[in-house]
Formats: sequence, C-alpha cells, structure tokens
Amino acid sequence: MTESPSTQAEQLRLRERLAKLRELPLLRGVGVSGEMARLKRQLERMATEPSADDVWQSVELARHQDRPYTLDYVERICDDFVELHGDRALADDPAIVAGLARLDGRTVVLVGHQKGRDIRERTHRNFGMTYPEGYRKAMRTMELADRHGFPVVTLVDTPGAYPGVAAEQHGQGGWIARCQLLMARLSVPSVACVIGEGGSGGAVAIALADRVLMQENAIYSVISPEGCAAILWRDAGEAKKAAAAFKPDALHCFELGVVDGIVPEPEGGAHTNPDEAARLLGESLRAAVAEVEPLDSDERRRLRRRRFRMMGMYLE
Amino acid sequence: MEGRIDVTVENRGAGRAETDGKRHPNTCPSCHSHYRDDELEQTLRVCPQCGHHFPVRARERVAQLADRGTFVEEDAGLRSADPLAFFDLRAYTDRLAEAEVATGLGDALIAGAAAIERRPCELAVMDFAFMGGSMGSTVGEKFARACDRAGSRQVPLVCVTASGGARMQEGILSLMQLPKTVCAVDELHEARCGFISVMTHPTTAGVLASFASLGDVIVSEPGALLAFTGPRVVQQTTREKLPDDFGLAESNARFGHVDAIVPRSELRPFVGRLLAMFSRAA
Repeated sequence: MTESPSTQAEQLRLRERLAKLRELPLLRGVGVSGEMARLKRQLERMATEPSADDVWQSVELARHQDRPYTLDYVERICDDFVELHGDRALADDPAIVAGLARLDGRTVVLVGHQKGRDIRERTHRNFGMTYPEGYRKAMRTMELADRHGFPVVTLVDTPGAYPGVAAEQHGQGGWIARCQLLMARLSVPSVACVIGEGGSGGAVAIALADRVLMQENAIYSVISPEGCAAILWRDAGEAKKAAAAFKPDALHCFELGVVDGIVPEPEGGAHTNPDEAARLLGESLRAAVAEVEPLDSDERRRLRRRRFRMMGMYLE
Repeated sequence: MEGRIDVTVENRGAGRAETDGKRHPNTCPSCHSHYRDDELEQTLRVCPQCGHHFPVRARERVAQLADRGTFVEEDAGLRSADPLAFFDLRAYTDRLAEAEVATGLGDALIAGAAAIERRPCELAVMDFAFMGGSMGSTVGEKFARACDRAGSRQVPLVCVTASGGARMQEGILSLMQLPKTVCAVDELHEARCGFISVMTHPTTAGVLASFASLGDVIVSEPGALLAFTGPRVVQQTTREKLPDDFGLAESNARFGHVDAIVPRSELRPFVGRLLAMFSRAA
C-alpha cells in the first residue's frame, strides 16, 4: 500500500515520539493501560505539543461554568444511584458525594467531588472544596466497597481541599493522607478519573487508584495556576504563564505517566454535549474496571503500589 | 543624599524584629536575644532565654539525634531532574544548583542507617534550607527507599520533616510524590516496621498530607507550624479571624492530631524509648 509523503512523515514523527515516551525513565515498567496501539491512537488525537494557549484553554474548559459535574455524570452513566451521607463521626460534607451505584448491572461505590451550578448551590457545595469530613465520608464508603467486593470509581473535580480554620482543626492534612493510604490498601479494583479540576492534595486524596484517567480538557496540578503565579511570579495575574510552565493539561500528564489514558470529550468540551461526554466517560470507566478486575487482589494491590512508586523523574 | 546623617547603626535592632524579614538567623524571633552560632549549637538551637526552637539543618539534626558515627548516608548521589524544563523568573536547574551550593545537600532530604540511643533504625531528615524543604521526585524517591531499607533490615523508620510542601517546579510529578510516599509507608506497614514521624517547624501542605501524617507515632517540637494550608493563605482566602495558635503543634495536640510535643532537649531519649517499644530484638 502506498501512502502519501505527508502521512509517512506523520508516522515517522509519531514513531519518534513513541520511542521518546518509552525512554522516559518514569514509564519504565508502568502498565500504561495499554499497549502501544492505544497509546498511539491517543497520540494521534493530539499529535502536537500543546502550546501555552492550548494549556490555558484546558484550564478554562476545566473550570467552565457549564461543565458537567459528578452528579451530572452519575445520572447519565449509572442505572441507579443511592447517595450515602455523612462521615459517621461529625458531619456530611456536600463538597463530596458518595454512594452505591449500578453500572452495567453491577454495584460499584462511586465517590466524587461536587461543585454547584448556581450561587446558592455553589455555596452549599463549598465550590467543591472538601473538609476532612468529606474525605472521611469517602473512606467509609470505600471501606464498605472493600467489605462487599464492589469496585470503587472516583471522579475528581476540585480546586483543592478547603483552606479554612475549622478544616485545619479537624485535621485536613492527616485525613488526605489516610484517605490515600486506604485506597492503597483496597482489595477491590479502583478507577479514578479527573473530570475537571484536579487541584493538588484535595484531588489526589481520592485518586490513588489502579487506573487513573483524565478527560481531554481536565487539568491535574500541584497548585492552582493563580497560586503558583502568586508565589513564583509574585503576581497572580501571571496565571497563564504559570500554567504554561507547570503543564497541568491531560496530554502532559499522560506523557509524564501520571494518567493511564485520556478520555475524549465532544468537540468544544464536555459542556457542549453532556450526554455524549457521559457516554464516552462511561465507556472508559467500564473498560478500565474490566482491565484490572481479572487480577488477583494481592497482585492488583502490588501493581497499584508499583504504579505510584514509579512516579517521578530523578538523576541517579 | 547630602548632609543626611546615617543613623542605621543606632537604629539597628530597635523594634524591627516583627517587620524586618531579614532578621539575623541567630536572633531569637520571640525574645530578641542574639547568640553566637556555637552557643546555639550547644543548646541544640533552642533559645536559652525563652525556649524558642530555631530551625535545625539536616546534618546537624542527624548529629543531635543519632549516636555518634552511626549514621551511614544512602542515595547521596540522587539529584532532581527538570522534567518540565521549568522556568519562572529563573530556571529550575539554576535554583537547584544554587540550593546545592548553599546547603551542601543534593536535595531537601537525607536518609540512611543510624542508631539512636543504641537502637538501630533508618533515619530520614528533611532540610528546610533546601528550597523550603519542598518535595519533588528526589525527596519522594529517597523517602520511599528509606522505607524499603527499613523493611529489609527490619528496623523502625524515624523521619524528621520540615517542608513547605510539594515542589512547584516539578509540577504534577511533585503532587504524585504524595501517593508515592503513601504507598511506601503502606509497604513499610506490610513489613511490620514501626514508623516514628517527627514533625518540626514547618511541616505543611503536601508533606503533611502524605507520609508525615502516617507515623505510627507522631511527635512534634513545641511551636512548630503543622498545617495543610498556612495561616497567610487561610487568612487571605477565607478572611476568617485566625486563632493565635493557628496550626501550631499545641493546637494540633489539642485537636488530637499529634501524640506528643517533645522539647528538642528530650527528643533523642524520647525517640530512643519509642524505638525500644518497636524493637524486634527485645
């Protein structure tokens, strides 16, 4: 079969890129949810390095006011959902929802950050910023999943854990750490997907999963662009520059081995067609669960830990 | 300006301790007493007048805690890479080189085998002077390897933290050091080794929200700031009125987040007692 020179050049470039990816030390041994074929498909989707503008577009789309939130996806993906409330100790944190869900005729435990749509709901949901009580609610529902053998699915969408006095007094840092530790120990399969803002510790608290996915226009970052700009540039207005520097977009996260796959969104972003976005997300979640489910639980836990132990890049 | 008399010498030290960020490092911020460096070294860098705990550099902390000559450093050659080719006002690689020259350390954490009060352990110590003790890939990897060594040698791990959190310059990979170190602690638990976390000023953000909070026993020094979000950011974001002891070790103890606040002079025997509790040989 003859191919036009431009396709050949394209393929050559992709091959080079794949070769480069394989050389990255952090990818060594990590089961990048797949095979090179899948990797290649995703690379093809976004063949070029995102520019500063592309990165900033992701930031804006990830925070778009019409972007579907956890409950929007739940009602479209799940056949049934019973929300569970409260941390069984102190309170019920509305910034995080958790419950039993039916997905393809089976029960899973679903946990996700929840933002609000109008000003009243936004305040009620605290803009998706979780208190320690929220992580405790997540933990007790994950424990329930572990007891009954239900897979755990988490949807990550938070600007960060809430930075308030009471949150600190209730042990914000400690509960974020313990929520991760619990996820490291789960004997059931787990899948996390960043569906909007993956803001720092508040996000990673519920994202220590067997498979971590990211929607095409989601962001996942160590600090908000504004926060980074305020500290390093001493000017929060330099957020765009900061975002371009620390690269929170899906493709960069994928290349760095932080996420296993990128979930496509409808043209123009998830908010343009929530039904289609939900269909694509649902498909990816099911595929990811199916991928890790056949493993023996000890083996799965070992691989999960290895996945995270490989994270990072250093010189020996 | 001509004719103006320079009075800076007379004014030196007069009522500027609160406002001037460039206070001499050996001047006590709470009682303004000033000490020679060797004086402070002898008092374990605790102010003899008021008990203020000055920061301690990693190597000096090792000398304070470990039995003389027992510390054998490992992974000293590990260095940070620059995965994002990060450049803010200066290049990350420049900042790293500068920090290494200034501190004599390869990164913000040193680790190795040691004995404390004749009890063998693995000892990991952070240094706030190296880029604010921030945790990037190297710090995460060194901590994880310290857990591995503790597990394989079947000794407890003692970790002394001092950190501003995850290192921004490595972006998302720094955030990934949270789950990474958490997984390392999980493996340490599986190896049934004890983990004593000593939180010193300041232990905040990413380090507090990962391994530091997972100690079997959590010890802190008096007056240390232990907070996920520091007081300045909390104040700015929420406009809440902060309690005077916001985020301090004493407040954390009152709310049940630390097991003990131990003055530096008693830290070594205290850790020694804990190591005896966790020791297999006993």
